[in-house]
Amino acid sequence: MRPLKEQWMSAEAISESGARSDFWDGVRLSMPVVVASAPFALLFGAIAVDNGFSVLEAFLMSAMIYGGASQMVGIELFGQHVAPWLIVLSIFAVNFRHVLYSAGIGRRIAHWPVLQQALGYFILTDPQFAVAEARAVSGKPVGFVWYLGLGLPVYVFWVIESGLGAVFGKLIPDTHALGIDFLLPIYFLGLVLGFRKRPLWLPVVAASAAASIVAYKTVGSPWHVSIGAIAGVLLAVVLPPHHSGVGERP
Amino acid sequence: MSTTFWIILVGAIATYLTRVGGHLVISRFENIHPRVEAGLNAVPAAVLTTLVAPAVLGAGPAEWAALIVTALVSLRGGLMSMFLAGAAVLILARQFVG
Repeated sequence: MRPLKEQWMSAEAISESGARSDFWDGVRLSMPVVVASAPFALLFGAIAVDNGFSVLEAFLMSAMIYGGASQMVGIELFGQHVAPWLIVLSIFAVNFRHVLYSAGIGRRIAHWPVLQQALGYFILTDPQFAVAEARAVSGKPVGFVWYLGLGLPVYVFWVIESGLGAVFGKLIPDTHALGIDFLLPIYFLGLVLGFRKRPLWLPVVAASAAASIVAYKTVGSPWHVSIGAIAGVLLAVVLPPHHSGVGERP
Repeated sequence: MSTTFWIILVGAIATYLTRVGGHLVISRFENIHPRVEAGLNAVPAAVLTTLVAPAVLGAGPAEWAALIVTALVSLRGGLMSMFLAGAAVLILARQFVG
């Protein structure tokens, strides 16, 4: 009886420590995202209050929408007294790219229990998708505990820093000298380059870059995101599948 | 309840629909067509590029320097070193170029 129990205990301990190390593995990978998004959370809070939001409303928007670019757009339009339905539609447009992330990551997390999946989709941001997808591509499993370790710190810091930004907003010094407005493109460039070993990477990036720039100049923001993305994805769809390495898979 | 609250609430629902919607639609299909799979594989690079390209176009020498250093560091380093190098170059360059 006793050896059996000890065996069971040690198996439990191993799986528990495995889960714990999975969690911290995710936390470690979340740190660049936490650092990169901090200025934007602070900036969002500051701009939100400046545009007529209360501190609580800025906090709530970060906690419920949890999508930086769309929150910035929403705040901007709110400050311009645009009709509420149009603000919501703009938030939807900026976030529409998540449909593609959702379809992509859905293949990796379909085996999770439904509630875990529901939570997983709630925290599915750009970097969350990029890092989780990169892990799946490298052949490692995308488990719930790891995924939560990756996403939870980003979420918690994002919401708290939004509130702090709202409270202390007007105290932020020269944001231009600190490069705050350009940190996000640098970060996204890093993510794009991280995918450079994928088949068709260069043609897809070139197509998306060209289409998004043209859309940005003509249709305007935020539609350049959806239009540019669709151009790159369409290119991969239209070219014969063997170019994408899909047919070569076992 | 205030208009602001309703904007936040409906915006949050719309956002969640985009995050769960792609999966709900795709998972209805038993087999994924190779072309669909090729398209899905292209998603991350395609979307993330659109968040960079227009910003690159509207940028100046300081930003370009930062992006070039980011790209060079990416050949060797990980995401964090790449980001910190780019950010450091940006802050430094802006002290001179503005």
